[in-house]
Amino acid sequence: MGENGAGKSTLIKVMTGAVRGDAGEILLDGRAVRVDSPGAARAAGIGAVYQEVNLVPTMSVTKNLTLGRQPRRFGLIDWRRARAAARQKLARLDLRIDPERPLGSYSVAIQQLVAIARALEDDARVLVLDEPTASLDANETQRLFGILRDLKKRGLAIVFISHFIDQVYQIADRITVLRNGIRVGVGSIAEIPPLQLVSLMLGHELQEVEQAAADLQAAPTGEPILTATGVGRRRVMEPFDLELRPGEVVGLAGLLGSGRTETAKLAFGALRPDSGEIRIAGRVVLAPSPGRSLRLGVTFCPEDRKSEGIFAELSVRENIGLALQARRGWLRPLSRREQDRLAREMIDKLAIATSDAEKPVGQLSGGNQQKVILARSLVSGPRVLILDEPTRGIDVGAHAEIVTLIRGLCAQGLALLVASSELDELIAVSHRIVVLRDRKKVGEIRGADATRERIIQTIAGA
Amino acid sequence: MNRPAPSPPPTKPALSDRLRAVARHRMVWPALALALILIVDGFVSPGFFAIRIVEGRLFGSLIDILYRAMPTAVVALGMAVVIGTKGIDLSVGSIIAICGAVIAWRIHAGDPHFVILLLALGAGLLCGMWNGLLVAVLEIQPIIATLILMVSGRGIGLMINLIYGGTNPSFTSPLLQGLSVGHIGLVPTRLIVGAGIFLALWLLVRRTAFGLFLEAVGGSPRAARLAGVNARLIQYSAYLVSGLCAAAAGVILTADTHTSDPVSEGLYIELDAILAVVIGGGSLAGGRIYLGGTILGALVIQALTTSILTSGLPPEYNLVVKAVVVIVVLLLQSANARAAVVSVLPGRRK
Repeated sequence: MGENGAGKSTLIKVMTGAVRGDAGEILLDGRAVRVDSPGAARAAGIGAVYQEVNLVPTMSVTKNLTLGRQPRRFGLIDWRRARAAARQKLARLDLRIDPERPLGSYSVAIQQLVAIARALEDDARVLVLDEPTASLDANETQRLFGILRDLKKRGLAIVFISHFIDQVYQIADRITVLRNGIRVGVGSIAEIPPLQLVSLMLGHELQEVEQAAADLQAAPTGEPILTATGVGRRRVMEPFDLELRPGEVVGLAGLLGSGRTETAKLAFGALRPDSGEIRIAGRVVLAPSPGRSLRLGVTFCPEDRKSEGIFAELSVRENIGLALQARRGWLRPLSRREQDRLAREMIDKLAIATSDAEKPVGQLSGGNQQKVILARSLVSGPRVLILDEPTRGIDVGAHAEIVTLIRGLCAQGLALLVASSELDELIAVSHRIVVLRDRKKVGEIRGADATRERIIQTIAGA
Repeated sequence: MNRPAPSPPPTKPALSDRLRAVARHRMVWPALALALILIVDGFVSPGFFAIRIVEGRLFGSLIDILYRAMPTAVVALGMAVVIGTKGIDLSVGSIIAICGAVIAWRIHAGDPHFVILLLALGAGLLCGMWNGLLVAVLEIQPIIATLILMVSGRGIGLMINLIYGGTNPSFTSPLLQGLSVGHIGLVPTRLIVGAGIFLALWLLVRRTAFGLFLEAVGGSPRAARLAGVNARLIQYSAYLVSGLCAAAAGVILTADTHTSDPVSEGLYIELDAILAVVIGGGSLAGGRIYLGGTILGALVIQALTTSILTSGLPPEYNLVVKAVVVIVVLLLQSANARAAVVSVLPGRRK
């Protein structure tokens, strides 16, 4: 366990030979082993699945499972044996899928399980999983846990990295806590109760954030700043109505695939609506596009930060300044001093962990990249902020910070649209919650009525 | 927001840190490669660094390298912009051929030479618009999109020559030849033209936000769009810049040979231009533009060619030696290879 940037991923990369350690040794069964390449790690019996699935989506499951170690006959690949080996690997995880179909045709959850199947050599002794549940829903997570318990029973040691505290207590026997690249605690789950775990991770007692709806002020009643009337797009989202007022937080709730991201993107203009009308500050937006929305004071923080959010090669400073610069146009560049000031201000305000503002964003940890994207939106001086999964892949400390930040922004008169898969988070920040099911808006729940049960009932259609 | 930032307070960088920062700077490696080539030349052929004044202009191997590298360098500058957007422009050689044909045709038709200069640049711009249309609007992969003009461009050049029945027509033009082979004071004009283009492009890329947008689009077109950048327009303009740069090189090269020869003019210049960008630290994965590095890259390529010629090695060795040097430069730029070299050196590991 550890916050973003605590060194979890680095530690396992050293363990699995992806990065070479420059001190210390690794003991396996009491014997020192040299793990200086992923191949050496595999040979020693250490299998690993990294945070991002490292498989080839266009190749079949069989090929993915046997890539690089295909059984050979007369120097050629023996596909019959390869298929048998693949089937055997899948069977071990109780995965009943067609191994000849391309991997990309399966859900992320299945792909994750295939990645685990690949990492499990016949003689594997240690399995390292970096955030394996980050993209899984509750059922899929339980299924994975069933498999992990089974593997555990068969004598496999498992290193499970996660920021989901509940999950760690469900599956783990012992916890190691890291902070800023240092081990700050180790013990059995009985020795480290959740509260202590969190304070170890943060380095101080966690502030109480879940004061819930009580301290949300009454929903603002002013003129709406963003209005969507009958906005929809064929095969993407049924037409819906939406209003956002200054100082108001509207939540978007629904299951995976219910149209949360689509609704957010339609409202922003990242997806072009084919019906309906969007008004920003009373003005009808013709041909909505991100650039137009931005100039009218609407910004968007995407869920998929890797492909839609960050510019890995560009520095923290350039990433933060980009949206404001896009709003000003190419002929009015921000001076370097202004850029530096904005970057410094945001690094302090959002507590972005980076050595300096010139570091390429690609070298930051996931949660800090998320903060940089948020900073980019804030710097552009928005009146409406649309956040898609603002806390995805973020640890508890940063999570609380972002919730606090959202409330602060709304107190300053910003209008926020927040799409999230975490109901508690939505309930904690929203004045109103729009509920979606199967790409359709099915309800809107206000203020104190917005309880977990009520939302789940609406989603379920009861 | 009251959690202290985990990073330690900034301190003054130590000397070793600053040295490392220099070593990490992209320009260092191509500059070192260039210096190395020149030093070797100095040993092999004495008098290599001598610069004399003959007939009122500068003469010497160094001037010769600058002089001959100029067209490639200008093409490479445009290429650097396109590669920065994760694109590529294979058609630059053909654009040069088209410009040459346009120049010869209009001189034959008797237009004022200043207008012809503008027409040639306009032809390059038009080619850039075509490439931009294919890549940014129709979303064809850049390598395929620009391949179309690369293949057809030389044919278009020949067809322009046919308009007035010219086969490799030769011509004289005081204005254009003045730009190409003339000199102002002691300095060859084309070096001044090249410096002017570099300066203009540098101002465009680094003193407006255009460069940031180019790099953002190259880094992640989807993210750039969501951040409010008009990604299509930016991509489109990159090909315009490349077309214009190629046209400028086309004017210089055509005036130099006094003729329009669409079959061989600027042949393979796209490869040297891409190479110059890569030696200069650019990556074909896009996202970063190094104009200064690109110039160094073009100079490295030309310095190599010149030194092989002046060293007395048979010119047949040229391409192979070039390949070897290119591999070495690229290895020097690779973080992995550098780490491997450092780890072999005794006592250098921390």
